[in-house]
Amino acid sequence: MRRTARETEASNRTLNRRTLMLGGAMGAMIAVLGARMRYLQVDQADEFKLLAEENRINIRLIPPERGIIMDRNGKVIAGNEQNYRVVITREAAGDVDLVMRRLATIIPMTAEEMQASIDAVKAVRAFVPVTVAERLSWEDFSKVAVNAPALPGVVPEVGQSRRYPLDTDFAHVVGYVGPVSEKDLEGLENPDPLLRIPKFQIGKIGVEKWMEDTLRGHAGTKRIEVNSAGRVMRELERQEGQPGSDIRLTIDADIQNFAQARLGEESAAVVVIDVTNGDIICCASSPSFDPNLFVRGISHAEYKLLTENDHRPLANKTVSGAYPPGSTFKMVTALAALEAGVVNADTKVSCPGYIEFGGRRFHCWKRSGHGTVRLARSLAESCDVYFYEIAQKVGIDKIAEMGRKLGLGHKFELPMSAVTEGNMPDKAWKLTRHKQEWRIGDTINASIGQGYVLTSPLQLAVMTARIASGRAVAPRLVRMIDNQELPVAEAPPLEVSPEYLAAVRSGMHEVVNGEHGTAKSSRIVDPTMVMAGKTGTSQVRNISKAEREAGVISNDDLPWNRRDHALFVGFAPYDAPRYAVAVVVEHGGGGSTAAAPIARDVILRAMSDGLPSLDAYPASQRGRIETMLKELPLRDPVTGRPQDKTAT
Amino acid sequence: MSFLEYRVKQAPTGLRKVLYLNWPLVILVTAVASVGFLMLYSIAGGNLDTWARPQMERFGVGMVLMFIVALTPIWFWRSMSGVAYAVAFLLLIVVELFGTVGMGAQRWIDLGFIRLQPSEMMKFTLVMLLAVYYDWLDPKLVSRPLYVLIPVVMIVAPTVLVLMQPNLGTSLMLILAGATVMFVAGVSLWYFGAVLALGVSAIVGVFTLRGTPWQFLHDYQYKRIDTFLDPSADPLGAGYNIIQAKIALGSGGWSGKGFMQGTQSRLNFLPEKHTDFIFTTLAEEFGFVGAFSLLALYALIIGFCLVAAFQNRDRFSALLIIGVAANFFFYIAVNLSMVMGMAPVVGVPLPLLSYGGSAMMVLLVGFGLVQSAHVHRPR
Repeated sequence: MRRTARETEASNRTLNRRTLMLGGAMGAMIAVLGARMRYLQVDQADEFKLLAEENRINIRLIPPERGIIMDRNGKVIAGNEQNYRVVITREAAGDVDLVMRRLATIIPMTAEEMQASIDAVKAVRAFVPVTVAERLSWEDFSKVAVNAPALPGVVPEVGQSRRYPLDTDFAHVVGYVGPVSEKDLEGLENPDPLLRIPKFQIGKIGVEKWMEDTLRGHAGTKRIEVNSAGRVMRELERQEGQPGSDIRLTIDADIQNFAQARLGEESAAVVVIDVTNGDIICCASSPSFDPNLFVRGISHAEYKLLTENDHRPLANKTVSGAYPPGSTFKMVTALAALEAGVVNADTKVSCPGYIEFGGRRFHCWKRSGHGTVRLARSLAESCDVYFYEIAQKVGIDKIAEMGRKLGLGHKFELPMSAVTEGNMPDKAWKLTRHKQEWRIGDTINASIGQGYVLTSPLQLAVMTARIASGRAVAPRLVRMIDNQELPVAEAPPLEVSPEYLAAVRSGMHEVVNGEHGTAKSSRIVDPTMVMAGKTGTSQVRNISKAEREAGVISNDDLPWNRRDHALFVGFAPYDAPRYAVAVVVEHGGGGSTAAAPIARDVILRAMSDGLPSLDAYPASQRGRIETMLKELPLRDPVTGRPQDKTAT
Repeated sequence: MSFLEYRVKQAPTGLRKVLYLNWPLVILVTAVASVGFLMLYSIAGGNLDTWARPQMERFGVGMVLMFIVALTPIWFWRSMSGVAYAVAFLLLIVVELFGTVGMGAQRWIDLGFIRLQPSEMMKFTLVMLLAVYYDWLDPKLVSRPLYVLIPVVMIVAPTVLVLMQPNLGTSLMLILAGATVMFVAGVSLWYFGAVLALGVSAIVGVFTLRGTPWQFLHDYQYKRIDTFLDPSADPLGAGYNIIQAKIALGSGGWSGKGFMQGTQSRLNFLPEKHTDFIFTTLAEEFGFVGAFSLLALYALIIGFCLVAAFQNRDRFSALLIIGVAANFFFYIAVNLSMVMGMAPVVGVPLPLLSYGGSAMMVLLVGFGLVQSAHVHRPR
């Protein structure tokens, strides 16, 4: 088909017209696209820039290094140790099962642990590192590093974890750290964002808990760039946080260790206070436990062992234990009576072995009676009748007032868990608490530290320190924060006549050093370290009439948990008091036999540089003491490890 | 038969043809492709071997093909049109029966050395056949119903096969390019009006039949439309692509974040950033200036094509050039509309920039046809 030139012209015209139309339409579309570009990239740029930033920037916290807790001389009680661990990343490992099997041949790992790790690795996103082994020894850690080529995706890492090198010695005082629980977060108005970090460790009990804010420090932050899957690409900016403050306690770790060892497996507590400034030098409770177990994650069996032990190793008996003070309370009664003027040091009381009030007979511990007793002898021989007599003259309210002056019934603000208030009863207390009138029998019981009176070993030590110093010494546990000495105000004088205090101290001197003193066998013969004190034996059971008629049953014949508590409070040196000590041995029997010897050893240790000198002990006891001291499971002063007794 | 036959002797011969090539077009195409290499290098995080080098190699092969096609007389290609269309059509059927499934759709035949995508081949063979058809047809008859029906069948038959793969993007491109050739050839505007009306009612039908056994589209295609209409309804699912693409574009601002500094693409927030969404990386790193410059380069390429069509008094050649240019244009328009949130996400690459070998080569062969038509135009 041949076309004419005109026809071709016409068709070309149409073609050109349509092409122009097409070009116009295309141009219009391109203009629309350009306008849209302008709208998105110029008009809305700021909004989208913000969105892009939000997309890519994450802020992560850098946990600060926790403050170290030291003893008064700088010995580390709670430190941070390098935690050698191994992490594995799935995407880098490839065959996780194979790599884990290889890893298990290099480092100790049970089949269950291996399977648990494999499951954990597979449960997270491929690029998330998972810790498969922690707290490796340096040897195992090096082995992993050396074998790295055969272990793709496995990275040896160094982290930090809390460690208590003196383990059992400070378990009760310092406590331990553990991961933040929901309970910890409850009640916090605006919790530190650090607490939201998985597995972040905070103090759970003891100084670790009560000085958490000081120890924790402040988090640093780093701004990191993440990709769409949340993988960290790089760090953009880092703001270092502030490490926690280091704390120095007032406790001397060596004395603490001696005390802990000396208490042995007894269910007992000993507190030593520096009477000049209130520093708690030693605060030992036994039996103890290893706080490192809790940091690591204690096993069910281990925990059960601790909770089911009838010696209650988890309890801090020094501040939480509330015991009837027994005869150690007699100084309070005596001072109240002296201060009230109802007696003086020379007032004579006759002790026939009992006293009758309102038709009820109250016995002295010595059935045969003490005969004529003055203050000094009443303390030295712990005559109960003397105190029955003077107590009912002075009345409970004055006794309670004196008790409070000496620190009883008061909760001291110390950074320890479960510090007890104890109980210093008076008439008003009984009325509110028991809705009953105070009776004379109650006063008589209270006069010898029985009945409603409850005290903690710490309170007894404070009481003794106050009697010894004549000042209202307050206990303190923290000596320095970040190497800055905390100021210690001089304690105000006790509102008790120095003359009466001297009389009571003299009586306490007789207790230990007198011919008939109850703690005569625990005397210190070194004239520069002479100890004064008071024994106490407090009943934990009611003596039935039948028992009374059958005569006093020897403690040795009773089951352990029904035996009397043995107590002793004391101070030394007598002339210039420096240390006050309080010992409670739960169900230990008599204060003179079970508690006083411990108190002597510990206070001697506090006054000595190193183990107490045998010269301080009466000559007849030196052989026995020497053996005892030698066998104490003390820590090696250098390594901090308990000495291996079997090797020597 | 055609006007061409009278002036053949005046066409340049031998190597002199090279001098008569439409060189501005060659340079523009190379420039745009180079922008693509740059972006692929950037997206790979500064790695040449990931995407940029293979793309450059394919571009090199494609350019050689382009020159071979360009130096071969246009009348040879004209005579091959029917055969090429038939082969592409047959391959579409083969692919439908035995094709390899990739990306949820049957799209290519794996020949070992190359993955043949018959739908790509069909893009230009369809245009060629339509150009031959309208060159042959008496211009007075173009609007007769029978003569309108014939090209419609030529377009619809392969489109249906491509749609069955299913490849919505490419089938859309076939229809648009085919319709453009028909439009330029002078088919009455009434037909286009009618089709438009029909299209509108079809869209209504598509949506009213949704959820019934007679629904036209796949569920994922419906979902794409949904997310296009409201991306924020599913920000982490299907709407994610659109939202992140818009963030990338918008955060680029006036001058961009700088080469290799695009956070959206480098941090993987962008989907398919080296293929369909490559423009977002460009816009993020070079900002409005860069993005608009690319748009201008594209506009120039289309402009040069249209001018070449004007210059060419051979009806076949002019229609062929317009067909190729239209194809090129629609790819750009649909892709950019998609990444800028103006159209639903349909799998359409950005020509010369998106990573992908066979699309690049087919496009360069298409430009080779344009050049051949230009070199051998009647003078």
